[in-house]
Amino acid sequence: METRPEPMPTSSEVIVKVRNLKKHFPIMKGVFRRQVGAVRAVDGITFDIYRGETLGLVGESGSGKSTTGRVILQLELATEGTIEFEGTELTTTKGKALRSLRPRMQMIFQDPHASLNPRMNVASIIGEPLTEHNKARGEDRRKRIEELLSLVGLEPKHANRYPHEFSGGQRQRIGIARAIALNPDFIVADEPIAALDVSIQAQVVNLLEDLQDVLGLTYLFISHDLSMVRHIADRVAVMYLGKLMELGDVDRLYTSPKHPYTQALLSAVPVPDPVLESTRRRVILEGDIPSPANPPPGCPFNTRCPVAQDLCSAEVPEWRELEPGRWVACHFAE
Amino acid sequence: MTQTQVQTVLEVKNLKTQFDTQDGMVHAVNDVTFELRKGEFLGVVGESGSGKSVTMMSLLRLIPMPPGEIVTGEAMFGTDDLLQMDLEHLRRVRGGRIGFIFQDPMTSLNPVLTIGYQITESLRLHTKLTEKERRPRARDLLHLVGIPDAESRLKNYPHELSGGMRQRVMIAMALACDPEILIADEPTTALDVTIQAQIIEIVRDLREKLGSAVIWITHDLGVIAGLAERVIVMYGGQIVEEAPVGDLYAHPQHPYTEGLLGSLPRLDQKGQELINIKGQPPNLYSYPTSCSFAPRCPYAFDKCRAENPPLVEISPGRKTACWWDMDNERPRFGN
Repeated sequence: METRPEPMPTSSEVIVKVRNLKKHFPIMKGVFRRQVGAVRAVDGITFDIYRGETLGLVGESGSGKSTTGRVILQLELATEGTIEFEGTELTTTKGKALRSLRPRMQMIFQDPHASLNPRMNVASIIGEPLTEHNKARGEDRRKRIEELLSLVGLEPKHANRYPHEFSGGQRQRIGIARAIALNPDFIVADEPIAALDVSIQAQVVNLLEDLQDVLGLTYLFISHDLSMVRHIADRVAVMYLGKLMELGDVDRLYTSPKHPYTQALLSAVPVPDPVLESTRRRVILEGDIPSPANPPPGCPFNTRCPVAQDLCSAEVPEWRELEPGRWVACHFAE
Repeated sequence: MTQTQVQTVLEVKNLKTQFDTQDGMVHAVNDVTFELRKGEFLGVVGESGSGKSVTMMSLLRLIPMPPGEIVTGEAMFGTDDLLQMDLEHLRRVRGGRIGFIFQDPMTSLNPVLTIGYQITESLRLHTKLTEKERRPRARDLLHLVGIPDAESRLKNYPHELSGGMRQRVMIAMALACDPEILIADEPTTALDVTIQAQIIEIVRDLREKLGSAVIWITHDLGVIAGLAERVIVMYGGQIVEEAPVGDLYAHPQHPYTEGLLGSLPRLDQKGQELINIKGQPPNLYSYPTSCSFAPRCPYAFDKCRAENPPLVEISPGRKTACWWDMDNERPRFGN
């Protein structure tokens, strides 16, 4: 195992502080819609996001990574726990106060087909947040839209066109322009490249990296694409069944994963290199991810874990800082 | 590899498929020629709209006709041309001697029939097994693809299974009649990576046991790196490169392949900037008269914009459709 000095995070200033966050969706049944259970989409997670960094949040479908992003932005209300954004507690902030914070935290959605209104032209899509939050009107607004278009690599003439006239990659650029219109500090990018072709993915990721440099953005980059996360993220959090399994800086996490789930996940990703692929050792996990409506007792991963012991199904492992900046939830990680 | 007589199970020549749509004629497959050898694993890579799926669907005439039309072409499967064969005969080939696995198992399994019924149905149609023999065979097949508790799974409906399980059932069905060719169209795209790894492991394992030739269609250069022996790269409805898997990844001979590999981030590497392939994939409304990659190609020169390069063999087993000689950094002449 390599031991390296803790690399400096992009900044030591915490911009988002999440503590014991939970989001349970009730399951209703019967004529009277009685609650008979809950889907534990997010089930007690704790982490910080530093200003200027890209935190990658990875996991399989159903692990709760998208819900985490939505709850942080207050698009869903948390069931339990706290979210601090630049020192302001979001879960208790409501109405006008919350609305005045919204411009500073924005979202880029996965599906650029579904997230752009087909009846609005590009200028009104990008300009809408400017109008909503009284940031610019008239000539200023027009100028700002042009500026945003050129920032994301589109042309001013595109302003009067409609979403269907664009390809997937260009549509994602429009979504990005809308997200940065109000000069946010923090952006949740929820699978921003999953719907795009391979050759277009690199374009969008490079754009996101450039914008981060120019505008000093902080990203929560949610993705199931572990190779892309390695490329773009500074630190990575691994989620499974509503809980965080491991968190650490990207190089250390990818080169020496501590949690058995991270190890299995990384070994499952195919590498575009036939020579390497023929010699790689794979950890093949048995079975499927359990339902978050009925998670197993103890460690959520114990049903598929290749090294699980009795303790694992009896006790939930503590979320502990193994070494500085390196967090893991496993009884046996060291 | 031993240099014995290479047996070809499928030989496709000049396949051309188009779709007559409201917006005009879409030229989905343009003059595609390739062969599949006995028992080999052929990877077909391309982005959406590259024609990779339509090519394979055309072979079994599974495209909707109209609006689709197979304009020209020949697909020799043994001594028969799949494209000329009468439908009755073709129906016996589909699911019998040629198995098919689709991307989304939920839409390709019948939701109101049990797994057991659906597997035994294909055994009933394509084999001489009696009713009594089919059930155990179906159970064995489920066992073969790693489904635990196969006997009780036969009574399940598709919705009772997870995505990975459903895809295993699809594989079991495709393998039911020991096909000579198995065509898998993005079989792991809808699955999570850990489940994808399970499926890849099963396919790798089964190949050794069964010896079918496999055509694996994908957009993911990672998935086939460890599976395929030979790879075909498609772009704009044409084959742009064809090579043994090692050569393709180590020395791509078409700028598109090179760009595609450059734009992929790698799990085992950090740092290098991703190389953009600038621009957009081509629309297919006009038949290619110049190289369809030329507008995005960093090496493009006059000839590329004037004439569509043919797919030519540049060294044994390697073909590329490009006017530029990437090794010598000069235009390619001759041929």
